[in-house]
Amino acid sequence: MIEAHHLTKVFRDKKRGKIFATNDVSFRAPPGQIYGLLGANGAGKTTTLRMLATLLTPTTGSATVAGFDIVREPEKARANVGFLAASTALYARLTAREMITYFGRLNGMADAAIRERIKQLSAELDMDEFLDRRCDKFSTGMKQKTSIARMLIHDPAVMIFDEPTLGLDVMTARAIVRFVRDCRGRGKTVIYSTHVMSEVEKLCDTIGIIHDGKLLAEGTLAELRTRFGETDMEEVFVKAVGGEGEP
Amino acid sequence: MNLRNIVTVYLKELRDSLRDRRTLMSTIFIPALVMPLLTFGVGKIMSGVIKTAREDIPTVAIIGGDDSPAVVAALKKSDKMKVVEKPTDYEKAIGDKQLKVAINLPAGFEAGLKVGAAPAVKVYYYQGELKSENGARVVERFLTDLREQTVADRLTEHALPKTLARPFEFQRENVARPEKVGGNLFGGFVPYLIIILCFSGAMYPAMDLTAGEKERGTMETLLCSPVARVDIVLGKFLMVLTGSLSAMCFMLISMGVTAAVGGSLMIGGATTTRMAVGTTPAQAATGPIPMIDPMGLVGVLGMVFPVAVMFAAVAFTVALFAKSYKEAQSYLAPMMIVVILPAVIGMLPGIDLNARLAFVPLLNLSLVCKEMLSGVWHWHYIAIIFGSSCVYAAVALSLAVRMFKREDVIFRA
Repeated sequence: MIEAHHLTKVFRDKKRGKIFATNDVSFRAPPGQIYGLLGANGAGKTTTLRMLATLLTPTTGSATVAGFDIVREPEKARANVGFLAASTALYARLTAREMITYFGRLNGMADAAIRERIKQLSAELDMDEFLDRRCDKFSTGMKQKTSIARMLIHDPAVMIFDEPTLGLDVMTARAIVRFVRDCRGRGKTVIYSTHVMSEVEKLCDTIGIIHDGKLLAEGTLAELRTRFGETDMEEVFVKAVGGEGEP
Repeated sequence: MNLRNIVTVYLKELRDSLRDRRTLMSTIFIPALVMPLLTFGVGKIMSGVIKTAREDIPTVAIIGGDDSPAVVAALKKSDKMKVVEKPTDYEKAIGDKQLKVAINLPAGFEAGLKVGAAPAVKVYYYQGELKSENGARVVERFLTDLREQTVADRLTEHALPKTLARPFEFQRENVARPEKVGGNLFGGFVPYLIIILCFSGAMYPAMDLTAGEKERGTMETLLCSPVARVDIVLGKFLMVLTGSLSAMCFMLISMGVTAAVGGSLMIGGATTTRMAVGTTPAQAATGPIPMIDPMGLVGVLGMVFPVAVMFAAVAFTVALFAKSYKEAQSYLAPMMIVVILPAVIGMLPGIDLNARLAFVPLLNLSLVCKEMLSGVWHWHYIAIIFGSSCVYAAVALSLAVRMFKREDVIFRA
């Protein structure tokens, strides 16, 4: 379960002054569901997710992740989170096994448990062939599988995906989408940020539309369609953010 | 702080770094090669050049001397120089390195010798040009011999003993112990090398583990783990420190091996100066064989440790601020000058350790190492320097931890 309460993050810029990356964002993502955070580039999706993953501290507001407060108990919150983003890369000089083992240890797992879990994940994700090869020689698909295994090694209750299909080819992106759906099937709390409308339509149980740091609309796909009188998700999004604005 | 997490991070970084060519170059290969290269490469070339210059028979032009046939004949007869035709412009010829030396025998020189009123002889040479300076030395030796011979002839002429002009002889005798000689010779040079290698050894792991990770996107991956930031900093910092210390250790091992294998020629090889670690006094007594006090080396290692910690923490902090490996390089490369400067000052003769200098970072290390390698142990200064270095190291390390906790640094874009 994720519960965000009035999350606000302010960055200070010498030229532009105060910048509200997120402004009073509140939402709730229950287990066994996918919460989609839909927004354009720079809308505040990554900042929101980084705060939930405790990589950033909110300026005001707070959130609980798997029952732990992200400000007061960031390490405990992180121990229950699996975070995957386009920006979370692999150690090129380590093998996939070494990479996953490392994160297993960082999550406090014993070596025997890590070995067992790697065996299981490798079978599930079809990684046997490249498990002992160095990550710098991997194709994009292999990298994504290794990242997923790294994310799942400690079997977290909450999964956060920040534009995980960004820059991926169709087949790899489909595999990711399939995997996200599996997580929901396993009863995980999933939060998925994207600016791709079709992914939101296919995946998300609840959608939050974020723009200029504010959560402007929230609901199921059907609710949003009804509220904005549009069937096409792109039109719904444009209406929710108040039009197309200046090009 | 969790020791298990620190060790986990450290071991991963160690494994990763051992697979990084740039880190291996700066922490193992270059430190291991620097002494053999200096000794057998640069040293050998230098001594070869000096030897060739010294064995070179200089070309000498005689200006004037028409009324001094005996002196001219003696100059031409000398096998230490080659008298050549006087060029039209001898100064230009020396400047163009076509002629090494010119000797000006003024009019009436030989006649003046006989009556004891010879005018001064001038020797023209090219200052800073090794062969020309050597030629000038040969000509001056000839003139000294001529002067002494003239004195001897006059004494004989007046039936006086030669001891009248040379009443006694003297001789130099070295009383400094071999390790003091070695300490004075290498005492400035060794800390200089250690300081540079310690810093460069820390530089590359620091850049790779901070800015490099940010650039490659693995920093965010790591920060997603439940490990406390301070544990991550300490694990990474220990790796940077390992790089710094391994650079120093490989340099010292290589220095010992080079010396043992027959490290001649590093400094003034042509004069058969040799460096030896652990040479016995009996061996030293047989000739000028400077050696480095092994206890001095141990002392140097002890004194360098907190400085290596400081280097590792500073390099880590500076590199952490950068967005990319390249940016980190542009910050840390100029810092090398800041590091070298006090080390160079410490090498200068005449700069001695005092209470004020004992607080100046790096310069204090350079000076105290020079003393320890010469077998001088000023314990109060050693305590001040070790203590102050520890304080500087602690401050640098706490700064590294604080920087790592700053979001605007970690996610600087």
